[in-house]
Amino acid sequence: MSSLPLIGAALRRKKTRTFLTFSSVLFAFLIFGVLAMLRVALAAGVDIANEDRLVVRHRVSLFQLLPESYEADIESLDGVVDAVHMTWFGGIYQEPSNFFMQSPVRPAEYLDMYPEVQLTEEEKVRWIETRNGAVTGRANAERYGWEVGDRIPIRPTIWTRQGRGDAAWEFELVGIYDSEVEGFDQTQFLFRYDFFDEARSFGRGTVGWYMVRIADPDRAAETAEAIDALFRNSEAETKSEPEGAFAAGFANQIGNIGLIVTSILGAVFFTVLLVAGNTMAQSVRERVGEIGLLKAVGFTSNRVMRLILLESVALSTTAGLFGLLLASGIAAALRPTLATYFPGLFLRPQDILLGIALAFLTGLVTGVFPARRAMRLRPAFALRRL
Amino acid sequence: MVEVREVTRVFRQGKRTVPVLRGLSLSMERGEFLALMGPSGSGKSTLLNLVAGLDRPGEGAVVVGGAAIHRLSERRLAAWRSRQVGFVFQFANLLGALNARKNVAVPLLLTSLSRKERRRRVEIALDIVGLSDRGGHYPRELSGGEQQRVGIARAIVADPALLVCDEPTGDLDRATTGEILDLLSALNREHDKTILMVTHDPLAAARASRTLHLEDGRLAADTAA
Repeated sequence: MSSLPLIGAALRRKKTRTFLTFSSVLFAFLIFGVLAMLRVALAAGVDIANEDRLVVRHRVSLFQLLPESYEADIESLDGVVDAVHMTWFGGIYQEPSNFFMQSPVRPAEYLDMYPEVQLTEEEKVRWIETRNGAVTGRANAERYGWEVGDRIPIRPTIWTRQGRGDAAWEFELVGIYDSEVEGFDQTQFLFRYDFFDEARSFGRGTVGWYMVRIADPDRAAETAEAIDALFRNSEAETKSEPEGAFAAGFANQIGNIGLIVTSILGAVFFTVLLVAGNTMAQSVRERVGEIGLLKAVGFTSNRVMRLILLESVALSTTAGLFGLLLASGIAAALRPTLATYFPGLFLRPQDILLGIALAFLTGLVTGVFPARRAMRLRPAFALRRL
Repeated sequence: MVEVREVTRVFRQGKRTVPVLRGLSLSMERGEFLALMGPSGSGKSTLLNLVAGLDRPGEGAVVVGGAAIHRLSERRLAAWRSRQVGFVFQFANLLGALNARKNVAVPLLLTSLSRKERRRRVEIALDIVGLSDRGGHYPRELSGGEQQRVGIARAIVADPALLVCDEPTGDLDRATTGEILDLLSALNREHDKTILMVTHDPLAAARASRTLHLEDGRLAADTAA
């Protein structure tokens, strides 16, 4: 620690250059933090997916409908504990930009399938008793200023009401759910299937997809195959897969998220390594005389090398930390606005640790060559630069 | 105090080898103030570096204060320099981001002294060079002469027996040169520092108790004051 004044002095030597290098590393780690959060947010469904849940959808696409009668058939299979169905409603609340997922469900069955959704007993009873009752997540309610008892009009884009043309469906908000599972989607808007099915103008008796709870997660592939085999050669063949795989496939519709994130980060860090490495090398070149002086007064070559490495690591790690802090701050500020699109927008502790480790490593890599050069300088030669 | 025996030093310049010191010998007594003079390329600075433990001879021996420093490992040599030698250069080469007090304290960073003891020694060194009231100033706030005084305070703060000075007045005006030479003479007389000084300036050499003239890597003349 006795070298701290010298490290501070080296960093203050060219303040503008230090600031610019600091900023470039800071922005690299800001990008790292934002991309890490984005990746987590896009893969939130994968991370919170339960191993004992399968998704059964139409073999052609998620938007092709399945018969409601499949539920009983699926539940009759060995290894299946329970099945519930959901359907993409795709309505608009006030403005098309107010996007959130809406689906008709059977309340009691849905709540059994998703213990993550936490409603009070009173809210559950009211949902089951209220024909046009709907529940939504806390994030959605806060975003639109909804309270229990409010009437929420949703304009249909697919599911028009019988005899009402494209008039809005009107739901009564009977509950607002919370969830202790971090990243769980708190923007869903769920309402009763029986109300929906009786009132819709077409497609009665059809549903979007099934969520299936299985008895043994180790036999997920086998059970999925059994479900698909059941409906093979029917009018509506199915594709069954674990919830995690389904969520990953859904997220990857915009591309291989992991590959995109890794590619961007690779380019950013390569650039930072060049920038910071060049700065450190230039800094040491300019300080040959000073290094000679330090060696003359008794600093060993190893000590000089450690000094340069510490300088580089201190700069990079501090800048990295600030970058990660800034990313967290931005996420906290944007979370309410982006909750609909990215319900799990937060920087995970493991990503913070990875970021710090990367910042440390960046400092080491950019400092190692200048440090070796400084270590090898012969004091008599270096002092000639004074 | 200093014993240099038959040292040679050869430098390579591309494929060419340039002999700089050719079997040179000299000795210095404790408390002596010795000036090294000679034309450029005569080997003055090389000899200074050998005595200060910054370089090693190709052949011959360098013994300082009883230690055969030409045989010491790099690590031991660095430790020896930190205790036994103080350096004064043509340019003070102070660290611009540190104030005078912290610049003087740099050699003490290698010691296990307490912070209080370090501060005490720094104040003594600054007092000796007459800059007690300038410790908090940064190099840019000091004149050339004051910067050189801070450099001298840094050289003596660890209380070394030997001071090596490489053209310490080469960058100063006449008046300031006189002040620095007065200071070096005082360090020699009153603080018993042995001083080896390379200079081109006959007036500076006149302050020394003995002057050695080097020519072509050999001792050409040895003149007592």
